[in-house]
Formats: sequence, C-alpha cells, structure tokens
Amino acid sequence: MSDKKTWPLWEVFVRSKNGLEHRHFGSLHAADADMAMENARDVYTRRNEGVSIWVVESKHITASNPEHNGEMFEPAQDKVYRHPTFYDLPDEVKHM
Amino acid sequence: MNNNNLYQYILGIADNSLILGQRLGELTGHGPSLETDIACTNMSLDLFGQVRSYYQYAAKIAGDGRTEDDIAMLRKERNYLNVLLVEQPNTDFAYTMARQFLFDVYHFLFLQELQKSKDLTLSAIANKSIKEVSYHQRFSSDWIKRLGDGTEESQKKMQTAIDDLWRFTDELFHQTDADKSMVSEGVGVDVTKLKDTYYKKISDILEESTLKIPESKYFQKGGKQGIHTEHMGYLLTELQYMQRAYPNMEW
Amino acid sequence: MSEEKIKNLEAQFEERIARDEKIEPKDWMPEKYRQTHIRQMSQHAHSEIVGMLPEGNWITRAPSLRRKVALLAKVQDEAGHGLYLYSACETLGISRDEMYEQLHSGKAKYSSIFNYPTVTWADMGAIGWLVDGAAIINQVPLCSTSFGPYARAMVRVCKEESFHQRQGFEIMLKLANGAPEQKDMAQDALNRWWWPSLMMLGPTDAESVHTEQSMKWKLKRKSNDDLRQQFIDQTVPQADLIGLTIPDPDLKWNEERQSYDFGEINWDEFWQVVKGHGPCNKERMAARVGAWESGEWVRDAAMAYSEKQQERKEKQAV
Repeated sequence: MSDKKTWPLWEVFVRSKNGLEHRHFGSLHAADADMAMENARDVYTRRNEGVSIWVVESKHITASNPEHNGEMFEPAQDKVYRHPTFYDLPDEVKHM
Repeated sequence: MNNNNLYQYILGIADNSLILGQRLGELTGHGPSLETDIACTNMSLDLFGQVRSYYQYAAKIAGDGRTEDDIAMLRKERNYLNVLLVEQPNTDFAYTMARQFLFDVYHFLFLQELQKSKDLTLSAIANKSIKEVSYHQRFSSDWIKRLGDGTEESQKKMQTAIDDLWRFTDELFHQTDADKSMVSEGVGVDVTKLKDTYYKKISDILEESTLKIPESKYFQKGGKQGIHTEHMGYLLTELQYMQRAYPNMEW
Repeated sequence: MSEEKIKNLEAQFEERIARDEKIEPKDWMPEKYRQTHIRQMSQHAHSEIVGMLPEGNWITRAPSLRRKVALLAKVQDEAGHGLYLYSACETLGISRDEMYEQLHSGKAKYSSIFNYPTVTWADMGAIGWLVDGAAIINQVPLCSTSFGPYARAMVRVCKEESFHQRQGFEIMLKLANGAPEQKDMAQDALNRWWWPSLMMLGPTDAESVHTEQSMKWKLKRKSNDDLRQQFIDQTVPQADLIGLTIPDPDLKWNEERQSYDFGEINWDEFWQVVKGHGPCNKERMAARVGAWESGEWVRDAAMAYSEKQQERKEKQAV
C-alpha cells in the first residue's frame, strides 16, 4: 500500500435530548473536523436522534489498558462504606 | 383552473427541486466515500420532501383530480419549468458539487423571501425548507473550498466545472409572466432583486477557494419556458418510465 | 508468551463468553477470534455496500414520489449500516481501505444474493420482503453476539432495518392487489428471488465449515438449515395472504413437524455465484471499484485541503 494519507477516524458523541449526556454513537472517517461534524450529522442523526454532537479524532483518545484492570478497578470493589447500604439505621428514621 | 398563474408559479419552484433531487439520487451507491454518499442522499431526500409539499398544493389548486405523481411524472418535457442548471449531469464530483453550490446559494436567498409570501402554504413550505437548504449551502460551499483549494488536480476539475456551469446561472434571475403576476400579488419572490447578493456570495466563496470567477457574459436560458438542454429528455425517460409503461395504476 | 500461558488465557476467554460477558477490542483475544471477526464483519459490511447497487438501480425509476423517498432512504440506510460495520471491524486493527482492497480484489466475499439483477420494479418489493426478511433472521441473534462493537452495531442496524421489510412487503401487496399486469410482475419477482433467498441463509449444515466455532462465539445461534426452515415457515403464510404462489411444487405443510417441507435447492447455482460467475458479479464489482477509483482525487483533495488549513492555523498561532 502507498503511504498516502487517508481520511482519519473520528469518534462521534451525540446528546439525544437536552438533559442527557453525550453518548458514544460510533465512528466515521473525515478529512477534517468540519467534515467530521457534517458526516456525523448525516450518518448518525438521520432519524432525529440528536440535539448536539461532539466529534473527536480517535487518535486523541487515551484508553486504559485492560491488562491493568486489576489494579485500576478492583481496589474500588471493597470500599463498601462509600455506599448508603453500609450504614445501619433504625427503620423509624424516614427520608434519609 | 381559476388560478393558473399560481399553479405555474409553484411548478417553477418545485420542478427545480424535483430535477435536482433526481440527479442526486443517481449517485446513491456511487459516491467518493460512504460518508459523502450518505450526505448527498440526504440532500436528495430533502428536495423530494419539498417537491411533494409543492405538488400536493399544486394538485389542490389544479383541482382536476391529478395527484402529486401525475404532476411530477406525467407532463411532457416542454411543460417542465426547472432552470437548465439543475438538469446538468453528474459529469464528475466537481460538477455535482458546483451545480449544487450554484443552486443552493440561489435557493437559500429565494426561500428567505418566499417565507414572506402572502400565500400561507408557500410561506410554510419555505419555512420548513430553508433549514434544509441552509445546510445544503454549507455542505456544498465546504466542498467547493476543499476541491478548489485541495490538490492541483482537484482545483483544475473544480474550475472546469464552475466555468462550464456558469452560463446557466443568469437564468435563475429571469422572470416569467406567471412570476411577475405572483410578485405583484405579494405571493411570489422578485428574483431580479436577489441577483447582486447572489453573485457577491458566490464570488466570495470562489475567491476563498482560490478559484477564478468566470468572466464570460454569455448565458443560456430556456428552462423556465420549458426549452431544456438535451440531457433533460433522458432524465425524464427514467423519471417517467413506470408511469408511462404502466398507465393508470397505483403503486 | 509461553504456550501454556496462551492455553490458560484461551480457556479464560472462552469462559467469559460462556458467561455472556462481552469482549471489547483492547481485550486479549485468540488470534483466530480476531481473524474470524474481521472476516465475518467485513463480509457483512461489504454485503451492505454491494447491496445498495441492485436497489439503487431503481431509484431514478421509482413509480411514485412516495416510493422514491422510501427507496432512497432504504438504500441510504444500507450505506449507513455498511459504515457502522466497517467501523466495528476497524476496532480490530484493520482499516476501511484495507477492507475495500480485499473486496475489490475479490479476496473478500459478500452475500451472493446481490449478484442477481433487478429487472422490474417488483424486484424492489421482493428484495425488501424476502432478502431483508432473510437478513433479519440472520441479524437479530447477532445483537447479542460476544464481540461488543459488533453487537452494538447490530442493535442499531436491526432497529433501523425494521422498516425495510415492511417497505418491500407493502410494494408486493400493492402489486398483488393491482392490475393483472402488476400481479404478474409480483409473481415473476417472487419466482426469481425465492430460491436465491433460501440460498442466502448459507450452505446446508453438512457443508458448513464454521458453524461449531461460530456457535461458541455467539456469531451464530442457529444452524443454517434451522434458519432456512424458520424463514420458509414465516414467509409462506405471507405469500398466501397476498395471493402469490411460492415457486416450489414440493412445498407442503408437514403436520407432524409443524413446518413446511420444501424442494431441493440448486446448490450448484449457489456455488457458481459465490465463485464469481453469477449474472451480475462483474457489474457489481465494476460499480464498486469505479466509485472508489473515481472518488480518489476527491478524497485526496479533502486531505490536502485539511493539511493546508492546519498549517495556516499553526502559522497564525506563532
């Protein structure tokens, strides 16, 4: 294959309606940010799925490494005191 | 028909969208990238949506039992009133985008005025369509810039397309008798007043795209009188094929 | 990595899938899993893209404006679905351009049904009704397949495709209830598309090479023959309903099996088309390669423009 530059990959995030967060919808190819925005609109909101779009070039995303999942995420598993059910209260206490 | 001028006036608007939509529809599945393919089909769908609203209204005014499809597909070539620009073929992607751009800029200015029409149906259609066309204009302008200021090859292709299609731009600002009568009733848009703004906008984008503004003063016309270029007959042959081959059937 | 360690990882991997856990792109996976998924997803994507052509063939000739917009939207959806699937595949480290190259060189396959010509308007009905009908049967189970990006793409695809089959059936219904000429057109389309649609669900289980592995990875939930039976059982009553005849003299309800018995499928024809000798293989490839090649200068120009813009921005910032 030639070393010619091809349209890079972009990730598309769409807010379905105000009040909701932007959610990852998928990806697409585009030469620049303007085109990525237009393509995102044409590809991912054909059925009125969105009110706001973010696009970011895929190479700018830093992802955690699944091989480090143990050290990254397991230490949070036993911190039960962060959850309300950890605390014993008498049933008579309402609204807490 | 008690309002033939209005009927003719609506056709003059709608036929542009019909023929341009048909041209864009030819490209579905053949675009330069998947994303671009999808975008062009969206424009085609927008245009056909507009077409249906206009023809349904025209059918009501005609009041002779004809449907939107009869009006769209069962007229003779001489009775189609679209401008010559929109029927020009998809020679290559530069032609497709140049045609789109030269029409979109006009279309936007036109709808802006049509929104003020005294005819409430037309102003409502304009209200809805202008959002679509505003996007088309942005899309095609962006592509003029990309291809104009892209590679040497693309600049050459884009310049050729602009030079070639330029001769069809002046017709956008011609008025038929029906147009004039509708303008005087406050229903129609006086297109002659859009001309300066149009060429200014076009020139600005072309300049930004490092393209030369054609200097030719020779223009072509005829579409608004139903005298089309030779491409039109073939386009209509496809558009009308089913209705002609199987008359009086429902689909 | 030692062989033993790989074996261990593989065992853990299979267990995760058996527990219905999803596999995500950066997770460790056996090389065979990666390759199988690249093959199947890209093949699926190619089918969507090539599948645009036989229907795209009728966009300019659709008989009414209503039909025209529906067909345009449907063919456009297929482009979208191809795009979702290519994107899902790209997460495994292959680029869309590489996949295109495989398609254009004939190395990658696509669904053989799209190598049949669309000769009348009724073919738009038959494709929507039968081909999309068969596709749905294949695709719905994939919404819960093990590879996360594939499953997510399929959820979107299935949601969007819900109108496709109805669109086709409505065309057939209208024709079947129309003038005699229209009814003939519908029957003729059914005659031509019925058998290829049955073949579309894949070779018989006896001939199918990938089934067992695919079942384990949830790329498949039912065997080809089971899917075919399901398709026939659900489609025959629909044909009855609109008064069309399935072109199979051996088709008969089997009370005991509570299913239809059906005639012999011409597998020679199937393999001929798969090997590139169907009625339209050459035309389909020529159209795809043509679009790609004539679009090259456009894609290059957009890239060049983007780089120039970037340079200008950087200069301004200095």
